[in-house]
Amino acid sequence: MIPLQPPRRLIDVEIDGEAVRVPEGSTILDACHSAGKDVPTLCYGDTLTPKNACRVCVVEVEGARTLAPACSRKAEQGMKVGTDTERARQSRKVVLELLGSSVDLSTTPRAAEWTEEYGADPARFGDDAATVEQPPKVDNDLYVRDYAKCILCYKCVDACGEQWQNSFAISVAGRGFDSTISTEFDAPLTDSACVYCGNCVEVCPTGALSFKTEFDMRAEGTWDESKQTETTTICSYCGVGCNLTLHVQDNKIVKVTSPHDNPVTKGNLCVKGRFGYGYV
Amino acid sequence: MSYDRLTHPLVRENGVLRKASWEEALEVAAEGFRRNIERHGPDSFAMLSCARSTNEMNYIGQKFTRVVIGTNNVDSCNRTCHAPSVAGLSAVFGSGGGTSSYQEVEDTDVIVMWGSAARNAHPIFFQHVLKGIHNGARMFAVDPRRTGTAQWADLWLGLNVGTDIPLAHAVAREIIHAGLHNTAFIERATVGFEEFKESVEPWTLTAAEQVTGVPAEAIRELAHAYARADRAQLCWTLGITEHHNATDNVRALINLALLTGHVGRYGSGLSPLRGQNNVQGGGDMGAIPNRLPGFQDILDPKIRERFEGAWGRPIQPRYGRNLTQMLEGMAEGEVTTCYMIGENPVQSEADSLACIKRLSMLDHLVVQDIFLTKTAQMADVVLPASAAWCEADGTFTNSERRVQRVRKALEPPGEARDDIWIMCELARRMGHDWHYDGAEEVWNELRSLSPQHHGMTYQRLAELQGIQWPCPSEDSLEPPYLHGRLWESDPVKRGTPAPFAVLRHSPPVDLLDEEYPLRLTTGRRLDSYNTGVQSSGFPSPLRRGETIEMCPEDAEKYGVVAGEEVRISSRRGSVIAPVFIDPGLRPGLVFMTFHFPDEVDVNSLTIEATCPIAGTAEFKAAAVRVEKLVKAG
Repeated sequence: MIPLQPPRRLIDVEIDGEAVRVPEGSTILDACHSAGKDVPTLCYGDTLTPKNACRVCVVEVEGARTLAPACSRKAEQGMKVGTDTERARQSRKVVLELLGSSVDLSTTPRAAEWTEEYGADPARFGDDAATVEQPPKVDNDLYVRDYAKCILCYKCVDACGEQWQNSFAISVAGRGFDSTISTEFDAPLTDSACVYCGNCVEVCPTGALSFKTEFDMRAEGTWDESKQTETTTICSYCGVGCNLTLHVQDNKIVKVTSPHDNPVTKGNLCVKGRFGYGYV
Repeated sequence: MSYDRLTHPLVRENGVLRKASWEEALEVAAEGFRRNIERHGPDSFAMLSCARSTNEMNYIGQKFTRVVIGTNNVDSCNRTCHAPSVAGLSAVFGSGGGTSSYQEVEDTDVIVMWGSAARNAHPIFFQHVLKGIHNGARMFAVDPRRTGTAQWADLWLGLNVGTDIPLAHAVAREIIHAGLHNTAFIERATVGFEEFKESVEPWTLTAAEQVTGVPAEAIRELAHAYARADRAQLCWTLGITEHHNATDNVRALINLALLTGHVGRYGSGLSPLRGQNNVQGGGDMGAIPNRLPGFQDILDPKIRERFEGAWGRPIQPRYGRNLTQMLEGMAEGEVTTCYMIGENPVQSEADSLACIKRLSMLDHLVVQDIFLTKTAQMADVVLPASAAWCEADGTFTNSERRVQRVRKALEPPGEARDDIWIMCELARRMGHDWHYDGAEEVWNELRSLSPQHHGMTYQRLAELQGIQWPCPSEDSLEPPYLHGRLWESDPVKRGTPAPFAVLRHSPPVDLLDEEYPLRLTTGRRLDSYNTGVQSSGFPSPLRRGETIEMCPEDAEKYGVVAGEEVRISSRRGSVIAPVFIDPGLRPGLVFMTFHFPDEVDVNSLTIEATCPIAGTAEFKAAAVRVEKLVKAG
């Protein structure tokens, strides 16, 4: 007696002049993916509700006054979308320049590639441009918070909050440029509500949150993703059956993630699954 | 402390374990088994198979026991946790698995978490519960402790330890008296309602309040919410099963689902949450004394015949010994040799001192593990194994019956070898020339013998991210919930009706008195696991070691403060641990884990009063006293 899902109509949209059909309710980003278009994203998370924070995924919708964030705007019947128009490119360029001038994007996957692609010049605001530079917070043995790399996408806050973990250990503090992601009263993690599930690290797009193993190996210069294998297996602890992706370098587990499309975990783990591999 | 991995075989010589070659260790292991079978027959052998190893390993383990040795004495630590759930569910529905899927808990109206600290013990399952709560479901937590789960509940029913049956009976009586039972379902799909109705009649809300300590109004609210819901999920964990009458506890909960028709439909069901990654699979694979692979009854001659045909050896037409009976058999000299794979009963069994004594009476003990555990230190032969979840290929089966692929990511350290390789080598030395070209070949043999796994090829398991049993066909999938047949209008399709159980309240065996006035209950913490052998290997910022948790009122009564070391004594043993104040406990109730047995052997306090049906010990209810330490001098 499973209730039938209401049937989902297919709607026609045009992406860069190319016709695609997507199920009703899909976002423009989904339509772009099915058309094989590569649209940059930062604050978008496949397991999270769109936050519309970073504006790097903006596209031009014909007839619309403003650019639309592809990750949250729903595709509509007959919509004509330009992903690579002059306006969209210009907007992405400025976004990348503003982020690149104030935040350390050195560990953000593809940031360098996009900067070049859009001709962004983060240095153009001069040497005295404001930055969020600060020393990394290393207050426990499991993960590190390096807010010099934080673009304030809020994904970690949502993952820790009611979208997944419901621990509410972190939130946004402050206003404007001085906003930060913070524990209650900016206390160390060990005095916060954190349960070390690492689900915030799982969604962080820039490496501002990283596992201590990765942080230490990067500092030593031994972190080498080209030498790593990724194998998805099942957690060794309780009977829930969470899927773990083990990142292995030199026959050692260096990082544990979880597949986002898995029906059991949806990309989430607990402290044991994420960190409890020390014994192998 | 953290353990080092075993990297080479060990053999006992002149009382000490020394390094040995694989050749020698396997020969000594096989010789000991042969010797005991010749002297005392195959039933002197017992195997404890590993609930954390793969389905494939468990299949080979039970086949080794039944074919190479010729006995049904095979069991796993399943016995210490969820055997009562399997016994209860299979007695009612003919199948021992939980009836629902995780997704259903997100799409239900009422969630009852009974004796389940899932927020900490099954965190990712609890995320599904939280989705359900955010979607509008009401959640009820039934637990003596105000746990992390209870903190998310609409209503917490803090019952006295071991009064689950009175509470369930009062809920049932209230449902019946309010006319909220599902008469159509009861008439068509169940038997024994009249007797059941009569048996719960004495349990008025007031009577239950006196025994359980739960206010009558709260019991009434749970009863009405559960019965009125379109869909309701009833989930439980070890708070139900680690009791001397655990199978009855499980049956008491199943009665509620039968009464209201909350089973066999999408969103309505019964979910025991399993505590070990493959405890479901171990049982499904036949690594239990009463079932063949595919949970098929060993007493059915037709089923035995099929396995005998495939395996080429007669199977004993009777149940073997379960873990509890194995330990008894050791004491009586009837079990003289034991092959223990990945189990640490010396530290995980209730009344651990008695367990050590029994194991030491064995003529020949072979332990196959990844660590030199306390149990392995007692062995005659220690065989270093690979860690199943990351050093072997195969499958695990989770609490929602989902079979998922396990993949090898690491090479095992030193000379440690795959479990299946080790068992095949032993089989060969005992006259059975077994060859398996990898785990998939084992799985395909299992698929040919187990109809409920038949449709699960490795390829499909990978493509579909796991498949829930039953899956008889390679072309289609069954619904995510079990027992939809109970709702068929055709009596033939409906099949055997589900029986209500008539049960009696039986309070915990370890009675409270002036000398032992406090009720000790045990459980898990978020960042640690069981005997701590695995989880001690990572630097958790949450870990604070073993403590005795008590409420502020009791701390004041006994004049102790947080952090102060105290002596905790039961009728069996005594340990020392620091005090931790937890306002979530009620006066008279104290809590400890069993994660740090090397520092504090909590299971020297617990009682080995076992469930007569399933053999599970009453870890959840010991009588203790707490005393201040007297300063020396």
